[in-house]
This record gives sequence, C-alpha cells and structure tokens, in this order.
Amino acid sequence: MAALAIHDGPDGSRILALSGRLDAGALRELWRDVRRAVDEAASRRVVVDASGVDYCDGAGAALLVDLLRRPRTPAVEVRDLRPPYDALLALFDPVRLERDLDPEQPRRPVIEEIGRAAAAVARDTRLQVAFIGETTAALVYAATHPHSVRWKDVWRIAERAGADALPIVALISFLLGMILAFQSAVPMKRFGAEIFVADLIGLAMLRELGPLMTAILLAGRSGAAFAAEIGTMRVNQEVDALVTMGLDPVRFLVTPRIIAAMLMTPLLTLFANVVGLLGGAVTMQTFGIPFLTYFRETDTAVALEDFAAGFIKSFVFAILVAGIGCLRGLQTTAGASAVGEAATRAVVSGIILLVIVDGLFALAYYLLGI
Amino acid sequence: MDAPLPRAPGEPLIRVIDVDTGYEGNAILERINFEVRKGEVFGILGGSGSGKSTIMKNMIGLLPPLAGRVLFGDDDVWAESAQRERIVSRFGVMYQSGALFGSMTLLENVRLPLETATDLPDDAIDLIARMKLELVGLEAFTGHLPSELSGGMQKRAGIARAMALDPEILFLDEPSSGLDPITAATLDATVRRLSESLGVTFVIVTHDLGSVFTAVDRVILLDRRAKGIIAEGDPRRLRDESDDPRVCAFFRREPEAANA
Repeated sequence: MAALAIHDGPDGSRILALSGRLDAGALRELWRDVRRAVDEAASRRVVVDASGVDYCDGAGAALLVDLLRRPRTPAVEVRDLRPPYDALLALFDPVRLERDLDPEQPRRPVIEEIGRAAAAVARDTRLQVAFIGETTAALVYAATHPHSVRWKDVWRIAERAGADALPIVALISFLLGMILAFQSAVPMKRFGAEIFVADLIGLAMLRELGPLMTAILLAGRSGAAFAAEIGTMRVNQEVDALVTMGLDPVRFLVTPRIIAAMLMTPLLTLFANVVGLLGGAVTMQTFGIPFLTYFRETDTAVALEDFAAGFIKSFVFAILVAGIGCLRGLQTTAGASAVGEAATRAVVSGIILLVIVDGLFALAYYLLGI
Repeated sequence: MDAPLPRAPGEPLIRVIDVDTGYEGNAILERINFEVRKGEVFGILGGSGSGKSTIMKNMIGLLPPLAGRVLFGDDDVWAESAQRERIVSRFGVMYQSGALFGSMTLLENVRLPLETATDLPDDAIDLIARMKLELVGLEAFTGHLPSELSGGMQKRAGIARAMALDPEILFLDEPSSGLDPITAATLDATVRRLSESLGVTFVIVTHDLGSVFTAVDRVILLDRRAKGIIAEGDPRRLRDESDDPRVCAFFRREPEAANA
C-alpha cells in the first residue's frame, strides 16, 4: 500500500513524503490527499520526497506528473525517486501534458450545418444519377455481351436473394392475406357482401401488396446484404484491387447482383401473390365461403392486366433495391461502423425509393387506364 | 545497439505444457512446451502459417488449445471461464491491426480500460491516458478517430491502450508489421524501456528480425513442417551458433530452397 506523510522542512518548505507501492489500485484515496496537500501549501515551496517509494507504475508516474504540471510558483519538485522509476518519470514532459494538444473542433454555426447538409444531399443525388448511368451502361453491355457476365456469381446471389427468401416471403404474404381478409370480411358481412373480399384481396395482392411487400423484404434481406458485402470489400481494399486490375467494379460487382435480383424478384412476387390469395381463402373458409367459390370470384375480379401491372413493377423494384444496395456499398468509407451505416442507408433509401416509384406507377397506370 | 544486457532469468510467469494448437481438430502445432519468465522480452517466431498467432490466442484466452494446458503462475487459463476472465484482465494485448474502437477517439480508447477497472478521479484517468499516448508519440492526436490515422499510428495507439492498466504481461501481435523502420525502431526502444524500467514482461509474435535482435531476450522458433519448436534461446546466439539449416535460413533470411 502507498502512504503519504506531510511535514515542514527546515527552510519552511512543505514536504510530502510518499512511500509504498504507487499503482492504480493504491492511488484512489492518495491522489485526492496529495492534491489537497499541495493546495493547502499555498505559495510555499512544495517538495515531494519519493525516497520511500518501492514501486511506481504508469499510474504512479501520472500522479507525480500531475503534481509537476500544476501551474504554481514555485513549481512542485520531486526528489529522490529511485531508479529505474526516475527514468520512467523523465519520459514525460509535464508542461506539454498540461496543454491539450488536440483540442476538439468548435461546433459549427447552424447555418453552416444546414448548408453542409444541403450540399451533401446534392452530392448524393449527383452520385445516384451518375450511378444510374453507369449501371445502365453496364447492363446494356451485359445484354449485348452475355459471356462477360459472371454467371456463377449470378446463380449464387440468386439462390441467396431468391430461393433462401421463400420461407419469409411465404410467411409474410400468407399472414397478409389472412389479416386483410379478416379485417375486410367483418364489416362487409354486415352488408352480406363478404364474397367481395375475394375481389379485394385479388386486386390488392396482385397490383400492390405482392410486389411491394416482396420488394421491401428484398430491401431488408438482400439490399442490406449487398451493401454490407460490397462495403466490407471496400474497407478491405478489394474494390481498389479490382480497379487497379482494370476491372470495373460496377460491371464486376453490381451487374451480377442486379441481374440476380431481376430474375428472382418477379418469381418471388408471383409466389407471394399465390400464397397471399391462399391466406385470404383460409380466412374466408371460417366465414362460410368455400375455396372453390373464393377462387372463382377472384378469377372473375382479376384480369391479366392486373397481374401484369404488378409483375412489371416487380422488375423495376428489383433494379432499385439491388442498385441502391450496391451503391451504398460502394460509397462505404473506412471503419467498422461504416459498413453498418452502408447497410442501414441501403435499406432506408431502398424503401423510400420503392414508395416513391410505386406512387409514380399508380399515377402512370391511372393515366393509361390500366 | 545489438545485444541487450543478459539478465538473470526470473521465475516462470506463463507455462505452455504439451499444447496442441490449431483449428477444429486440425493441429498446426503438436506437443508444444515452453515458458515465459517474469521480466523478459520473449519472442514467438516463425514463418507465415507456422501457428505463432494461433498459439498466442491459446495463451490470451481467445482460442482453447486442442490439447494440453496453459498456466499463468499456478492457474490454468483454460480451467473455467470466471478464472479465465480474471487472469486475462491482467494481460495487455495489442492486436495486429490495432483493433481500436472506431467510434471512439484515441483518448477514449485508452481511457476505456482505466474507467472500467479503476476508480481513479476522472482527470487522473485523463492524464494517465494521455501519458500512455505520449509514450507512443501520439499526444497530438488524442481527439482523432482511429479512421483518421495511418495504420502505423493505429498500431501505436493499440499499444497505448494495451498498456493502459500497466499489465504484468503485454502480448504484441506483429507489432512492427506495416511500420516504417524509424517507427519500428522507436517501438523496439519503447519495449526495452518498459521492460527495463517497469519490469513488464513482453510476449512478441513477429517475424521482423530487426526487432528480434534489438529488443528480444529469448525466442522460440516455430516450424510448419516440423509442427513444433525447432529452436529456443537467445536469438543472437541462435543466429551465430546454430547448425540447424532451417534455423540458419530463418535468421539469415535465406530463401526457402536452402531449407530443403
């Protein structure tokens, strides 16, 4: 244990005699006591007698430096610290340690923050437009040069983004169909119109919910995965390696992912539509409408163009979600948090874009009379 | 410059007894025995893939050995998890890439172990952390995030964090890889200084011969093909006196063909 004894020297100076082991465990009380003793000495000379110190580690040295760096005249002196601890203490410059050599930047004014945020949005928009251009060029190239596409990657990604997503797509669409049927059947039953629940579910699933829910699931599963994968490659300089090998990262990383998503999302949408209708049918059973009646009603309510309207959307959604995932991945900066941020941004901007584009589709279909 | 003063060997601090090391039943090293003595700078050497980082993981409680025991004093590191946590908290470890927490500034990174393990006043913790950063020459970067620094600086900050609690034993994984020669030499000097002034024990995993000859007291040399230790002792003597061609090739930086 460490101890402190205070007495006055013959020349009127205050002597603080330290003894024992100066390490982090022993310093909690001592640190406060020593500081107080120095403060109480007021303007008198203070000498720290360290001859009784048996051991002094980094924390002990910090205590001594803390005393030495005090802005007082005369400055505190440390005496008789024995080797090798005196050499340890000599490594530090108390005056330098008194100053903060790397102060925090002062906060910027609000106006400047707003300006910077606006500039960031503008920069991001420009990047997105440029990325759309690059991606389109890469996809056109892929379409005209099919052998240049890395098909092995495409199948691998298609399996993960498509086949592996079947259970979650099934679960969500089935429940969606069931819930939708239940919510609408209760009020419609009052008018004896529960048979039209089949019309509602058929139109809603095929035109809107099937493609949209599938795309949102794709954004959550695969969009985030693409961003994290490419982001990690960016952090590990794998993307730089591609560039220096003369390979275009967009053609090498983005094209296979977008093609895989374009192949799989419409199939998943089809699957989601069927399972959603099934979910509705199961609920309607409990309202006394048999399967056959339900499906016959759906058949009369839904036309091929309703199905096509949703199916075409799913292609566009696939490009959006996969593209934004890849873009966010390529935009990843350094650091462990950057990859997480890229994945988050991929999902958020993916879903925002989905909703906007879905709105545009609704408008276009309305104007076209589909 | 060469040859640090030979010191009286201290008592064994870590003993590695009959350890098989590797991943999932695939042993890279078999029946390894060595000890690290108190106060020495101990080097684990070997070519790439010889298992030197893996055996360090066995020693610091990250990866259980496939067989055998690792003792710290008289306690088995792998006996039970509560004991392992207690033992490992007395180690300082610097990982190959620095392994700093990316969301914290350098100062916060070094403060973290001090805040959790001690109850010193806040400004005392601050001072200790800044002194550790000064030891590795980073006192002017305390407010920077790790991502704003070069690889070598991150590594030095990693050492500062490993030293925060003045551990009895410091493990350094490839401390000089990726550093320029001057920084690497500064690091070697820091190691010697801490070893001599504070009696800190170092275990250094490396294949940088420059550091080995200037900073390290005793080494073991691991070999992938032999699946074990092929030499042990003072690296300078091994270099000058060994008649094992594999050892000579390693210390004299001769190409692999000379091994055959």
